[in-house]
Amino acid sequence: MKIIVCMKQVPVKDSLLKIKDDNSWVHEDELNYEINESDHYALETALRLKEAHGGEVVILTMGPERVKEAIKQGLAKGADRALYINNADFTSIDPMTNAKVLAAAISPETPDLVLAGLQTDDNGSGQTGVILAENLGLPHTSIVMEIEKLDNGIKVKRELESGWFQWIELPLPALLTIQSGINQIRYATIKGIMMAKKKEVKELALSDLGLSGADVAAGSTGLDFQKVYVPEKTKQALILEGDPKDVAEQLADKLKNEAKVF
Amino acid sequence: MSVDILVVAEQRDGALSRSTVEAIVAGQNLGSDLGKSVGLLLLGQNLSDLADEAAAKGVQEVLLADHEKLADYTPDGYSGALQQVIEAENPDYVLFSHTYMVRDYAPKLAAALGKPLVSDCIHYRMEGRAPIFVRQVFQGKIDADFALQGDAPYLVSFQTGAFNADNLKAEGTGAIRATNIDMDRVEVRTKVLEIFEGVKQEVDLSKAERIVSVGRGIKKPENMELVKELAEALEADIAASRPVCDDGWLPLDRQIGSSGQTVAPKLYFAVGISGAIQHIVGMKNSGTIVAVNKDPHAPIFDIADYGIVGDLFEVIPAVVTAVKARK
Ligand SMILES: Cc1cc2nc3c(=O)[nH]c(=O)nc-3n(C[C@H](O)[C@H](O)[C@H](O)COP(=O)(O)OP(=O)(O)OC[C@H]3O[C@@H](n4cnc5c(N)ncnc54)[C@H](O)[C@@H]3O)c2cc1C
Repeated sequence: MKIIVCMKQVPVKDSLLKIKDDNSWVHEDELNYEINESDHYALETALRLKEAHGGEVVILTMGPERVKEAIKQGLAKGADRALYINNADFTSIDPMTNAKVLAAAISPETPDLVLAGLQTDDNGSGQTGVILAENLGLPHTSIVMEIEKLDNGIKVKRELESGWFQWIELPLPALLTIQSGINQIRYATIKGIMMAKKKEVKELALSDLGLSGADVAAGSTGLDFQKVYVPEKTKQALILEGDPKDVAEQLADKLKNEAKVF
Repeated sequence: MSVDILVVAEQRDGALSRSTVEAIVAGQNLGSDLGKSVGLLLLGQNLSDLADEAAAKGVQEVLLADHEKLADYTPDGYSGALQQVIEAENPDYVLFSHTYMVRDYAPKLAAALGKPLVSDCIHYRMEGRAPIFVRQVFQGKIDADFALQGDAPYLVSFQTGAFNADNLKAEGTGAIRATNIDMDRVEVRTKVLEIFEGVKQEVDLSKAERIVSVGRGIKKPENMELVKELAEALEADIAASRPVCDDGWLPLDRQIGSSGQTVAPKLYFAVGISGAIQHIVGMKNSGTIVAVNKDPHAPIFDIADYGIVGDLFEVIPAVVTAVKARK
């Protein structure tokens, strides 16, 4: 099975985010980055499928130079090679634009399976994978928690609300978006890290994909992103102030005497 | 007749889901801001009973996409049928509630129509004649504004709870009309098999009076002892956010949120939980909510009654002592 895994780098969890003065986005240069959580699970899923059924795992990622770190990690864990779209000259918060670029990179590879995380921890639109399926003409299932290979396709477990699931059969080629927690993510081994250095990373510019700046221009899809800002508080929690012992005493008093919950 | 704002319905156990009613409320608000009519689209098979229920929800029209290929939900079937309805009806807006089903097909539909979808919006506001749609980025820590340009239709999905179903204006009776869809043109490539409940729920947290809930802030399984002590001191049940259960530090049946249990205890004590929407939907109706988190901007503080900004490893042991001293 030839599997392409779409991976994005996002700011590490718990990052302190600072919004730019013009509200155009957050200050990115001060942040550290990691592989988006569900993309990381998608990679692990691809590696396990390859181990069980043979084939090839190809990482696809897009972003500035820093995302090469994510590629290195993925190759060290066992992916065979990577496609890297350098988008230094455009960044988009628009899932339709991003999916268009990713689809152009995937099409010539004719994979059996495309995996993506179900949503990113930064933009969080949860759309890119599903749009990609439509762009590539592939059947898809989202929020996948288990995959079984069949003779002529796959059977996947899709998560529904409130602890319910559904089994779905799909023909191959197909696209799946993977939910966090589908498996346990492995660590890279020293050997893996050494081997990664020899693996192919193919760098692609927009022109290599038959696309131009106009294809990725902000607002070209009709989605007009305007600004980011700190949310207005709808409800203000009573924030208790003091050292740990102080706040603990205050809280215990409130819970016992005001809220009367113990 | 035609509708300007088309709300797409979802059913649950043969009735309209609560989130559908929320989406109708969104449509009614937008309709009154823009001076536009609101219609509701039902997809499925044998929809006549549901259509009568839908007609009483304060919409001008109820459109039916009734076909055996829509009896079970599939992304191909729903997207294909909706594309035909939208192209024929030409609404200005198509509104959805951002359910797991909508997540699965609405982006595909948007791509097929070549129109953007603003997903998971928490509200909108009018700027002149144009609505600005607001959605959360960075897991609820930051809000982002979006406008929609170009030709209609505009596709928007709203987060569960973004609009209050109790605000429905259910006046009048909507006219019911079948749409012309040609499902022969739609190829359904996925095959739907059985639906089942994941883990047998051994603990029913919905009846718990007090819950201490732990998130990824706890860092390591060894540290779980700390929250167990707090739970003991408060005589509370213990629960968790999803990552804690994914990592196996607590059994899955103690997960709170959209894919876990929904609870409403007298006390919900959240330790090291950021407050992502998928967690919040499972506990927001709790009586008193306490949050301990080192990040003052963590969204959990937006729904908490009492907040402590600090390191849980210092705060929780002190709370255990303080609670024990008052018993
Ligand atoms: C389709 C779907 C379904 C989902 N279903 C669910 C669900 O049912 N339930 C659920 O919970 N999630 C669910 N999620 C995941 C959800 O989006 C969040 O990722 C998850 O809730 C985050 O869990 P968390 O708050 O424990 O972790 P994080 O978001 O990583 O937050 C950890 C928090 O701990 C704080 N912290 C760290 N160290 C300390 C310290 N020393 N002292 C104090 N505070 C500290 C941090 O500031 C941070 O706020 C779902 C996601 C999707 C996409």
